[in-house]
Amino acid sequence: MKDEDGKRMLWVSHMARIRDQQDQAAFAELFDHFAPRVKGFLMKSGANASLAEECAQEVMATCWHKAHMFDPARASVATWIFTIARNRKIDVLRKERRPEPEELTWGPEEEPDQADVLAIQQESELLGRAIAELPAAQRELIQKAYFGDLTQSEIAEQTGLPLGTIKSRIRLALERLRHAMK
Amino acid sequence: MMENTINHHLTDAVLMGYASGSLPEAFNLMVAAHVSLCDSCRAQVESYDAVGGEVLDNAPQNGVEMTESSFMATMALISGGPLDEAAPARLQQTRNAVLPGPLQDYVAGGLDEVKWRGIGMGVKQAILPTSSGASARLLMIPAGAAMPDHGHHGLEMTMVLQGAFKDEDGYFARGDVEVADSDMHHTPIADIHEDCICLVVADARLKFDGFLPKIVQRFARI
Repeated sequence: MKDEDGKRMLWVSHMARIRDQQDQAAFAELFDHFAPRVKGFLMKSGANASLAEECAQEVMATCWHKAHMFDPARASVATWIFTIARNRKIDVLRKERRPEPEELTWGPEEEPDQADVLAIQQESELLGRAIAELPAAQRELIQKAYFGDLTQSEIAEQTGLPLGTIKSRIRLALERLRHAMK
Repeated sequence: MMENTINHHLTDAVLMGYASGSLPEAFNLMVAAHVSLCDSCRAQVESYDAVGGEVLDNAPQNGVEMTESSFMATMALISGGPLDEAAPARLQQTRNAVLPGPLQDYVAGGLDEVKWRGIGMGVKQAILPTSSGASARLLMIPAGAAMPDHGHHGLEMTMVLQGAFKDEDGYFARGDVEVADSDMHHTPIADIHEDCICLVVADARLKFDGFLPKIVQRFARI
């Protein structure tokens, strides 16, 4: 296991500790890493510092309350927190509701397989590396697309992202969920 | 059971826009409804979510920090219980309902709750409440009838919920999406077997300048 996988798997185990034991020490570490990033994301999306601070606290509180919703066979912790922060941004800055698809979740008795969890965390690492290796100009455009600074026509230019094999991994996780839900 | 027969999907640009949070509400509704029926597009959206996760994790911080008391403030927030959820409780067992869950949220129930208004030739529509910038409506075309010529003023996406229609671009059944722009002239005809119910979303004329040719190109690859 490489260091980067170790970091991602550590966040996954922190989420389990928050979910199962309401572990404040694990939450404090998650907070120290992600809260400032969420705040920075919201500021780049147009929030002032005090609104961004308030929303980042709310996003982190949602991570605590919804820890049981996090599926480590489908996403990294960073990805899950990104989706919560993005939804908060739409809610608070745009004052819109964001329609969500029907949910696919594990039943109370089911847990994802550890091999699937490791696989998706490794895919996230590969994706992160692929983005890091892009030419600086393209990497900045992707950051802009996610921080809300791009027009639709500029976004259309960015769809040739190095998504690699993460989609097929997620697809596999969805198929297992469908099977488990029957 | 999942339907495996969806042949016409949303474009990557729209799916990425959904993940990055940059689409108008009506388009978000289209994506949420389609993804409820299509695991391929769901996996693509979640891949674009993963890009967002990596961007969040690795973006330069430029000295942004939380205030000193913020962790304690967050723990206090947590002890106050979960934030109020804006989303209403959905009907259980939506898998086989004509309206996917996200659409049920907008009509406050199932197909029986839709407030249809006749717009001529037996065609009925119901406008869904979304923010300005793009519109969303349900359309019902009687079996075997031609869709009214409604003129495209920009990007328009039509997803079949019940029945089917066909036009110059092919045959569209439940879950299939047709993407059209203002240059497109087509005459969809509803399948003879059943009334056709569709979700139609369209943008305001100005926003997608330059976006349209690309989106149609991408659609044409399918």
